[in-house]
Amino acid sequence: MFDIVFWILAAVTVGAALAVVFLRDVFRAALCLVFLFFTIAGIYITLHADFLAVVQVLIYVGAISILIIVAIMLTREVWRGSPSGRLRIPALVVGLLLLGMLMFTAMSTKWHISDVPPQEPTTTAIGAGLFGDGGFLLPVEIAAVLLLAAVLGAIVLIREK
Amino acid sequence: MIVSELHLMTPELSLLGFALVVILLDLFIKQKKVLAGVSIAGLIVSAGFTLAMWGAPTIDIFYAMLAVDRFALFFKFLLLAAAGLIILASQDYVSKFERFQGEYYALVLISAVGMMLLTAAADLISIYVALELSGISLYVLASFLKDQKSTEAGLKYLLLGAVASAVLLYGMALVFGLTGKTCLLCIADVVETMPIAGLLDNPALLLGIILLAAGFGFKIACVPFQMWVPDVYEGAPTPITAYLSVASKAAGFAVIVRVFFVALGAPSWLSIDWGILFAILSAITMTLGNVVAIVQTNIKRMLGYSSIAQAGYLMVGLATVGVAVGADALGRSGLLFFLMSYAVTNLGAFIAVIAISNKIDSDLIGDYTGMGKRAPLLAVALTLCLVSLIGLPPTAGLIAKIYIFNAAVHHGLLWLVIVAVINSCISAYYYLRVVKVMWLGAPVSEEKVPSSWALRASLSLCCLGVLLLGVIPGSFVGMAEAAVRIFGS
Repeated sequence: MFDIVFWILAAVTVGAALAVVFLRDVFRAALCLVFLFFTIAGIYITLHADFLAVVQVLIYVGAISILIIVAIMLTREVWRGSPSGRLRIPALVVGLLLLGMLMFTAMSTKWHISDVPPQEPTTTAIGAGLFGDGGFLLPVEIAAVLLLAAVLGAIVLIREK
Repeated sequence: MIVSELHLMTPELSLLGFALVVILLDLFIKQKKVLAGVSIAGLIVSAGFTLAMWGAPTIDIFYAMLAVDRFALFFKFLLLAAAGLIILASQDYVSKFERFQGEYYALVLISAVGMMLLTAAADLISIYVALELSGISLYVLASFLKDQKSTEAGLKYLLLGAVASAVLLYGMALVFGLTGKTCLLCIADVVETMPIAGLLDNPALLLGIILLAAGFGFKIACVPFQMWVPDVYEGAPTPITAYLSVASKAAGFAVIVRVFFVALGAPSWLSIDWGILFAILSAITMTLGNVVAIVQTNIKRMLGYSSIAQAGYLMVGLATVGVAVGADALGRSGLLFFLMSYAVTNLGAFIAVIAISNKIDSDLIGDYTGMGKRAPLLAVALTLCLVSLIGLPPTAGLIAKIYIFNAAVHHGLLWLVIVAVINSCISAYYYLRVVKVMWLGAPVSEEKVPSSWALRASLSLCCLGVLLLGVIPGSFVGMAEAAVRIFGS
């Protein structure tokens, strides 16, 4: 059952990603990107990562997509679409090479497969992992400073010259 | 949370506290020079805490997220010194953006906090977050002027930095997928006992190493991840350019040494493999940096390419660390000593450029003609730093090069040292061209080039450092060796 769902989601994800790259109209590309974020959230659900899926929808589908669309609306001459670059062919070659390399790596490596059943719900485990003993409390705190730096930066960058 | 471990983070915490004080004071205080003073005070307090911890035993704190060892403390001290000199050197520059001086100083301090955490981080997660903390602050600082070039610099730095972060994360994900751990020592335990005989048998580890090297390579600006350097260095405010070329690079080298040496330093074939990888990148990096630097007419771009070349020399040290398989510390301490001397030399060169360019309002080498008569002291200082960048006596550059190349020859990297020596000769051409223009050219005008006391103070500190490291290197070598001894070799 999960296999079928996964393959359908995977095919749709790849299709949406290709559409983002190939569509000339920036707005349609952005909408495809939103769709792509949704299908990724679906893949997270098939992997029992419920919290991650919700966060994906909230942040990417909810916030980032709005940001992208507003940015497009504020851009002048958007109807011209994305211009075709001179580096199209080299980019294609490099992209395909990278794809081949990553696929070869993923297929040929013997990954450790955990025999522990997936946790449900994951939120308690994530909370304990972030704030509990032996957890990632320090990176969380550093991330808080990171946000401070980002806010400072935003204030500086939107100032009048 | 282990509250008792907080006192081991005092250098970072105090500096962060001072950054917040600077932002708040900015609201009340009219006299903005006070903010620079408070920032310097913060750096001194933080340096004091760092010094106080020098003798303490090595431990990992916050569940092995940060390592408190001499290696990290050495780099923290270096970064604090660099940030202090940058703030002193910014005095003339900040008048260009009157209203946002508080944010400028605060961002410099916060990025220093990020880099200090980066040099101490002992876990892939904390490494990544610290990297982003220093990165975000530097993206903003690069575009601080808000003119066309500065904005372009900031945007290019942001976009390429984001790509580099993504590549780095992919590498980390592969390493994590293979080992199931994020802490560097745990990764080392797993990798050491892997039942494989070479990297080709294990494509995931190979790709992980390549992607990690690529992600960190952006930070130290080695080929082929150097494309951002000339544009960003040219467009960013000059003090920030100097900061990028010294502090950001030093932090990058620190994190590379820690990740590769601690997590991937055993078994020996693995160490030799990445040593060779860095050796090849090193040869390409210094050659490209030096050859392209020859044709530059803008001094900031020239120093940009020169810093790429210097990264190439530094990577000779990295290659030595890998090839030596941790058997002795000479290679690593050579790297640290080179970083020390590169920091004072490059900062000195950039501060002299700030002083001159700010007054003549041009970054073109051609406009430096006759500077020996218009501003003799500045010209002497710049000459000294350029001579040190070539590696001639009696400066720090010579000792640093001898030290790092000697270690490389010792471990069978003779070919790389030959490439490096040829490169040093090429570099003499474009460094000495600036010297020639300054001393032999006829001045365009008789007008003197005045500079503030803060600039002169920071410049003399740098020149003093260049000479001290060049004439009596013994005690500094001892410091560098003490700093690497903690890696139980």
